[in-house]
Amino acid sequence: MQINITFNGTAQTSDVEPRQLLVDYIRGTGATGTHIGCDTTSCGACTVLVDGTPMKSCTMFAVQANGKSITTVEGLKQNGDLHQIQASFKEKHGLQCGFCTPGMMLTSAALLEENPDPSEDEIRWAISGNICRCTGYINIVKAVQHAGEQLRNS
Amino acid sequence: MFPPAFAYSAPESLDEALATLTNEGESARVLAGGQSLIPMMKLRLASPAHLVDINNIPGLDYIDAANGYLRIGALVRHNDIVNSELVTAHNGAIASAAPWVADPLVRNRGTLCGSVAHCDPEGDWNSVMLAARAQVVAQSTSGERVIAIDDFVVDFFTNSLEPGEIVKEVRVPKYAGRGGGAYLKLERKIGDYATVAVATQLQLGEDGKISEAGIALTAVNNKNTRAIAAERALVGEEPSDEIFKEAAALAAQAAEPESNVRGTAEWKRNVVSVYTRRGLEASLAQARA
Repeated sequence: MQINITFNGTAQTSDVEPRQLLVDYIRGTGATGTHIGCDTTSCGACTVLVDGTPMKSCTMFAVQANGKSITTVEGLKQNGDLHQIQASFKEKHGLQCGFCTPGMMLTSAALLEENPDPSEDEIRWAISGNICRCTGYINIVKAVQHAGEQLRNS
Repeated sequence: MFPPAFAYSAPESLDEALATLTNEGESARVLAGGQSLIPMMKLRLASPAHLVDINNIPGLDYIDAANGYLRIGALVRHNDIVNSELVTAHNGAIASAAPWVADPLVRNRGTLCGSVAHCDPEGDWNSVMLAARAQVVAQSTSGERVIAIDDFVVDFFTNSLEPGEIVKEVRVPKYAGRGGGAYLKLERKIGDYATVAVATQLQLGEDGKISEAGIALTAVNNKNTRAIAAERALVGEEPSDEIFKEAAALAAQAAEPESNVRGTAEWKRNVVSVYTRRGLEASLAQARA
């Protein structure tokens, strides 16, 4: 089936089998920043933005992305510079192994779009569908708070 | 993981979707949010030959309050309900349950109507709907049929839809007078199924006595189950700690939980009792507010 999607800002047309999952489609294009963790809708490692809303790309078919705009971690960078959420994850060391990080950053970026000054509770609530097994979330929360501050001051 | 091959259509009108469902019969399934169906297909627990994706059909994402009902259309996502002032104004149990369904990412995609149709006994919405005396509006090429939620939830993953029918809307009657509701859910972590959850709804008459009571239980039976004896014990009574305790004990008797990784049967039954009492207290406070 032919699908037309805007992938990280670029229009592309592809031929996909209906049963192909969005995450497999994305990784098949070479954009391997979107990770497959649990593959059962539990962990959030495969989070992408669908028309700006974070969703699990392991639980959506590629055909369902027809006509939509998909943003992955590769699409966060703007004009060659890291997105503020990426810079803040680096600055605050909001990661250890890095496996959950792409999904964590996309969910956080969407949160800050909607709520530029979230409380710690709001951040923890927003990322509660993204599981991190390393950090204990402390530095992830700090990174999101830092990104919020920077974005508000810029 | 990926599912077995299937035929896929994404109609842009409800009529077209219904025609496909009628032609394909029992081999077709409706795909709305897909947050339960797609994992089941990946695990090969479900293998429909044809998926009818309704996400491109306009006009199914409504939440409104009309003709005495709060109405929720087939494409309303869980997160739309979390953010709906209309829901908060009209039904406490629905408003209280919405933030506890799955996790934020699933709530962005999954639908209430899909969850109701799925009839997973560990799902949250059917308990809320049983307590709130909801109705399911089923549509097929031959017309519309309104099904009381008690008749809709048949058994473990089994609803009473006929082949060719789609859940177009779930609606709950507005409170007749003063009313309130709550959903209390115990879960090990965000996104896990409920260990135990209890939905409660109370309505008060002019005299301050309980005119209607709804209590339903999640994850402790082979389907979401109303605690009918507990409801009956409340109706016509003056709200009091004693009557709430009695109802809580009766609700626990309606639970037939299994011991598993989430806890022992005895403990779960105890949680049903505690959550019923707390839920009734919260529902009463809301009704009196």
